[in-house]
Amino acid sequence: MKPKLVSKFSLGIAATMAAVMMSAGVVQAKTDLLVYTAVEADELKKFKKAFEADYPDVNIKWVRDSTGIITSKLLAEKENPKADIVWGVAATSLLLLSEHNYFQGYAPKGVEKLDKKYYDTKNNPPLWVGQRAWIASICFNTVEGKKNSLPMPQTWNDLTKPVYKGHVIMPNPNSSGTGFLDVSSWIQMKGEKKAWAYMDALHTNIARYTHSGSKPCKLAAKGEIPIGVSFAYRGAKSKNQGAPLEVIAPAEGVGWDLEAFGIVRNTKNLEAARALADWSVTEKANKIYNEEYAVVAMPGVAKPVKNFPPGIESKMIKNDFQWAAANRIRILDEWRKRYDGKSEPKS
Amino acid sequence: MTDSAATTTAPASAPTIKPKVSSEDWIMRAVLVGIALYLIVSILLPLYAILSKSFKDVDGAFVGVANYAKFFSTPALFWSIQNSLTVTLICCVIVVPVAFLYAYALTRTCMPFKGFFKGVALIPILMPSLLPAIALVYLFGNQGLIKSWLFGYEIYGPIGIVMGESFYVFPHVLTILLISMANSDARLYEASTALGASRIKTFFTVTLPSVRYGLVSAFFVCFTLVITDFGVPKVVGGKYNVLATDIYKQVIGRQDFEMGAVVSMVLLLPAVLAFAADRVVQRKQVALLSARAVPFQPQRNPATDGLMFAFCGVVGFILISILGVAAFASFAKFWPYDLSLVLNHYNFDLMDGGGWDSYFNSIELAAWTAVIGTALVFTGAYLVEKSNGFLAGRAGLQLLCMVPMAVPGLVLGLAYVFFFNAPGNPLGFLYHTMPILVICTVTHFYTVAHLTAVTALKQMDAEFEAVSASLKVPFYRTFFRITVPVCLPAILDISMYLFVNAMTTVSAVVFLYSPDTSLASVAILNMDDAGDIAPAAAMGMMIVITAAAVRLLHAILTRGILARTQAWRKR
Amino acid sequence: MDGTGGGAYLRIRHLTKKFGDFVALRDVSLDVHEGEFVCFLGPSGCGKTTLLRAIAGLDIQTVGTIHQAGVDISSLPPSERDFGIVFQSYALFPNLTVARNVGYGLESQKMARAEIDKRVSELLGLVDLDDQRDKYPAQLSGGQQQRVALARALATSPGLLLLDEPLSALDAKVRVHLRQEIKQLQEKIGVTTIMVTHDQEEALAMADRIVVMNQGFIEQISTPNDVYAKPVSPFVAEFIGTTNFIDGVMTADGRISAAGVTIEAGGDNTAFTAGDKVTICVRPEDVLVTETADGRNGSFEVTVSDVEFLGSFHRCHVTPTRGNGTGFMADLSANHARNLRLEEGRTLNVLLPPAFVRVYASGETE
Repeated sequence: MKPKLVSKFSLGIAATMAAVMMSAGVVQAKTDLLVYTAVEADELKKFKKAFEADYPDVNIKWVRDSTGIITSKLLAEKENPKADIVWGVAATSLLLLSEHNYFQGYAPKGVEKLDKKYYDTKNNPPLWVGQRAWIASICFNTVEGKKNSLPMPQTWNDLTKPVYKGHVIMPNPNSSGTGFLDVSSWIQMKGEKKAWAYMDALHTNIARYTHSGSKPCKLAAKGEIPIGVSFAYRGAKSKNQGAPLEVIAPAEGVGWDLEAFGIVRNTKNLEAARALADWSVTEKANKIYNEEYAVVAMPGVAKPVKNFPPGIESKMIKNDFQWAAANRIRILDEWRKRYDGKSEPKS
Repeated sequence: MTDSAATTTAPASAPTIKPKVSSEDWIMRAVLVGIALYLIVSILLPLYAILSKSFKDVDGAFVGVANYAKFFSTPALFWSIQNSLTVTLICCVIVVPVAFLYAYALTRTCMPFKGFFKGVALIPILMPSLLPAIALVYLFGNQGLIKSWLFGYEIYGPIGIVMGESFYVFPHVLTILLISMANSDARLYEASTALGASRIKTFFTVTLPSVRYGLVSAFFVCFTLVITDFGVPKVVGGKYNVLATDIYKQVIGRQDFEMGAVVSMVLLLPAVLAFAADRVVQRKQVALLSARAVPFQPQRNPATDGLMFAFCGVVGFILISILGVAAFASFAKFWPYDLSLVLNHYNFDLMDGGGWDSYFNSIELAAWTAVIGTALVFTGAYLVEKSNGFLAGRAGLQLLCMVPMAVPGLVLGLAYVFFFNAPGNPLGFLYHTMPILVICTVTHFYTVAHLTAVTALKQMDAEFEAVSASLKVPFYRTFFRITVPVCLPAILDISMYLFVNAMTTVSAVVFLYSPDTSLASVAILNMDDAGDIAPAAAMGMMIVITAAAVRLLHAILTRGILARTQAWRKR
Repeated sequence: MDGTGGGAYLRIRHLTKKFGDFVALRDVSLDVHEGEFVCFLGPSGCGKTTLLRAIAGLDIQTVGTIHQAGVDISSLPPSERDFGIVFQSYALFPNLTVARNVGYGLESQKMARAEIDKRVSELLGLVDLDDQRDKYPAQLSGGQQQRVALARALATSPGLLLLDEPLSALDAKVRVHLRQEIKQLQEKIGVTTIMVTHDQEEALAMADRIVVMNQGFIEQISTPNDVYAKPVSPFVAEFIGTTNFIDGVMTADGRISAAGVTIEAGGDNTAFTAGDKVTICVRPEDVLVTETADGRNGSFEVTVSDVEFLGSFHRCHVTPTRGNGTGFMADLSANHARNLRLEEGRTLNVLLPPAFVRVYASGETE
């Protein structure tokens, strides 16, 4: 509307602030880089430290929230984006945001070394670049499983067996990206008709749907429920903390999404944003990604991560992000109609 | 000497007298308009920015009621209305009577340990919403300590929502009832006793009518708080959908702001109806208390006192256990498999989420909110209640003061993003700063604070202002010398209320904080996200301890002030 | 005293006050003279408080003018008028001591501290509360609080003192005592005073003039004596003191046929013609009761149907022996009653002295 006025205004403020900083003298003229992220907070410190060691002129300022909230926040700000770069947020969200012309293309130095399926090859330069994958998995609480004499499920189909009735929790795709990732992967693997039939059967076994994608695994870790449909990273982490969990990658294949970044179209710190982008595709960065996640964008870097299901990378389905983004609302509506229709469980 | 009424011929059409507006009245009106403008900017315009989306499609084109048509043809959304009303009404039916009896015990009996019970009742306010949620799950979840008490029913669903919400709204309802009961007229009780009325009859003929206003307000507050809260149903709602979680699903899950706006509008309706009902009842309210009223001093009555002590004991025990379980959660190593108690969850600088910085940011936010909010709220309430003429302006401000309550925090937070971050908004410089957090928090909790102030002001003699005017004392002098000191307990209550809520609130500020203004309550959310439930509980306990410390300070302050001026409160 | 004289201190003309559809004051006009003590008297809802609040500027009239000391104050806010006020609730500031309450209005007049103290002491002396100056209102009795409120209202030496039912919250004994005190104080200071009351005894005892109001109208403005002795309407007659109302019909000779007997009325009744339905009023204490007719003109025989003992006097209900069954009341002193051997069923003789019999057109009663 009045971008000129605003930018002048902000420039004024920036100038004032710069002047203040200079007069202070002690503070070095570092660039503050505003990074919106959904990466879990405990990892952010080490990313900041590692990056700033390589780029001492840049000071990362995180705005961290869960994927849903950060995406909503970004969308709400779309008329006047505040972030310089969106980093470590689901690729699905970045696709949604790029529909609103949120990003500017940039090919980070060395992006070609990444696996092609992990970054935006439709646009050149790419609007978004993936960092690492988070992968659907089943968290199985062995203690509670034994208590209820449940066999360990090995496949998605296992979960529809009557023995698991009331013992399974999964995220509601209408409120969780992980939930959508599951539904989308089932449809991509089985085709629409079979996938819905599968979900109908699964629905009778589901105790309830959660709002957050990590919650099912957290609940399983606490023994609130024996089986939680969640993602592998969360399961491995809980197991590392001491939870009696088994993390299972079902045999049929698993859905996945990427943590990815994109540079916001109107950033005033383009140089710093590009610096972070460049750094994020380096081997060093990928090695850090690998500390918690088994699958990273740069091939050949990843080492097995403790308590991740072995061989999970080979089970990752061929995920069509564009298709998923295009069909998202239709699938969500259908899902809501089928399973979210009434308060009382149908079973 | 007899002269009949002086009768000169009346002019055919005498002009209507237009009261002259004094300079003081102009000052009052200017301040009143100022506060109204604040509320317009901080609630009405942002609300418009988001709710207007309910008539637009995703590209911002006007689509009329199409979104509403979609809402009402989607059973999943439609059912939520019934669910919301059901749990909300059950909650009110439970909480209002319980809080009423509790308030009755605190004000009208000689039950022992009143101060203790008063403090205990405020526990829920001190707790960030995650703590009671954790406690409920630890108590009644599938691994719960006393799961069997539910007789096989599940905590996840309406039972959990009602339990959680009842816990959450109890102190809010109690506060309003306490204030409306605090200054009752002893003479009514004396009269009733003199007439030989039994205690029960006195209760129905004196006590109940005198707190009618408070009861209606309490019900209104309970209803609106419960129906708009999404924290509790999000954690223990299970498959039971309510409107507030639907908004969450629409906005956070699907990023469908348009449908989120529709649900918000639907959610506003019952809140508006409750408000209208409240107004109608209040119109019939006449001032029952005058300055002649003699403060009521409860008489000893072993049976009643004992009964009330037992009742408060049970309620207090429930409140304390929930806090206790939350505290336990912050020490337990890995619930439920390793229950050894450790301290290391309190080492926040090792944790994520901003560590101690966010804790101090929260304190700063809470302090500003308390100071600015209290000044704003009390001045506003004073002008609504006590200024002269300007009826339209006063009614308008009163209405504005009621709006924030009906707005779920989530909607408020997003509305602020839309409004304050809009390109060209001259207030855009506030975005991502501490002031916007303060504005948002003050506004978010404005209504209950306002109702508290109004209740306190209503109990002041209506003629103080008239007397001051006759003595040619400017109103502001009387305001500072008389009104403020007399209402000081209520003012401290308001500031306390704002402080504590600012410490614990999440839903609105989660959209507004910046890296430099990260908050403890948001850090809790983040830690919980990261699966660090125990540290989240620990940070929650830090907030509880801080809030409790401030509360204690408040109690000491209040006691000090009362002691200093005790003379005028004693008979 | 002329009610509409040009020298009036307070001049009220054609005051009408509406609250929505409800008309609280209807074309009220009134003069109050300097130094006068005027009572507004009437049942609740008659508009007396509304009139007082209009004078104070607290609820400004819809139509009409008020002049105080020659100045048009019709539309002025209270703070720009010149009055002191005492409310029924006293409205004492609970957090200020007696002395500070009294000095409250002086403090904002930039008066020196010592001067304020002097004035406060003087006022407290006036209301006899010197020893209570450091107490808080809640520590005082109702009567004491009352006097503090009075002292506070007088502190700024207002030209007009307004008292809104100042005594109604007190118990009977204190009330009687205090009304003398207020009256004396008022006479001493000479401040023009208007008091609202629903208590006729209070009005009769204190006022120089009484303004009797009913349903937003002024019924009568007179001295206490005249209001009592010459009520201009049945309403006034009934509201003040006790009165017998007897329905009757005007006869051709100017007398009235009522209760089955013929009664002579004094005063000018030429407004009535024969056959007019009228109501006659006579106060019970004006009824002359004797044992026999004694040749008194216009007297008639009655039967005593009931006797009430009311302390200093007896009130008996009598019915004309040859009447139509309508009865009325007569008051007899204890002494007189003894002499007459007053008891139920006794036949006595009664005379209604024409000078005390007032005639009103029928139907005016309500």
